[in-house]
Amino acid sequence: MVRVEFLGPIEKEPMEVDVKNLKELKELLNKNEEMSKWLKECAVAVNDKIVSSLDVELKDGDKVVILPPVCGG
Amino acid sequence: MVEIFKGGIPVIPTLERWYEEFKFEGYGAMIPFIGIVRAENGIDGLSFDLYLPMLNEWFKKWANLPDVKIMMAHSFGDVKVGESSFLCAVFTKHRKEGFKYLEEFVEDFKANAPIWKYDLKEGKRIFVKERAKKLPNAGILSKGE
Repeated sequence: MVRVEFLGPIEKEPMEVDVKNLKELKELLNKNEEMSKWLKECAVAVNDKIVSSLDVELKDGDKVVILPPVCGG
Repeated sequence: MVEIFKGGIPVIPTLERWYEEFKFEGYGAMIPFIGIVRAENGIDGLSFDLYLPMLNEWFKKWANLPDVKIMMAHSFGDVKVGESSFLCAVFTKHRKEGFKYLEEFVEDFKANAPIWKYDLKEGKRIFVKERAKKLPNAGILSKGE
């Protein structure tokens, strides 16, 4: 299973999902309309590294985090 | 490592501790920056979420430069008007490169540190999307991409 965490203001509990790569995760998350809106704005990190391509395989125990626009300080 | 405080940062004790730690290390300039929560839009304060694993990873590239020492503290949770939520200090041999580093560091911090800020009004947290910045490759999981 792959753990997906939603950071900051998204207000969604973490999920454990059965997906093999980021493309499958994209399909899955976009089924939710509210989430789909967030995804337009969000960066994505796999095991805490921001990804620049969807060609990323996911394996059991991987962690994906969804990062909304940031605003520190 | 970024120093993390619940609520407002104890500004003077933190700056004093950093000063004491580095005053004999050959730096001729210590430039502090104290971010203060200002009273505007009727807020009682600000509130923050952090994602520590990536915040510390982001900070590493600033923590390991040969000619500068950068210290940083940030709050999580609620910070009242007049308190500080972000504190940093740049130590360099001379002031000129210190001011340059401070500007570059704070710009990078604003654009890339995984921190989310909310207005605090009557005990409620309100995220203001318009003042937040998208991270690199934002939208990669979006349907239209």
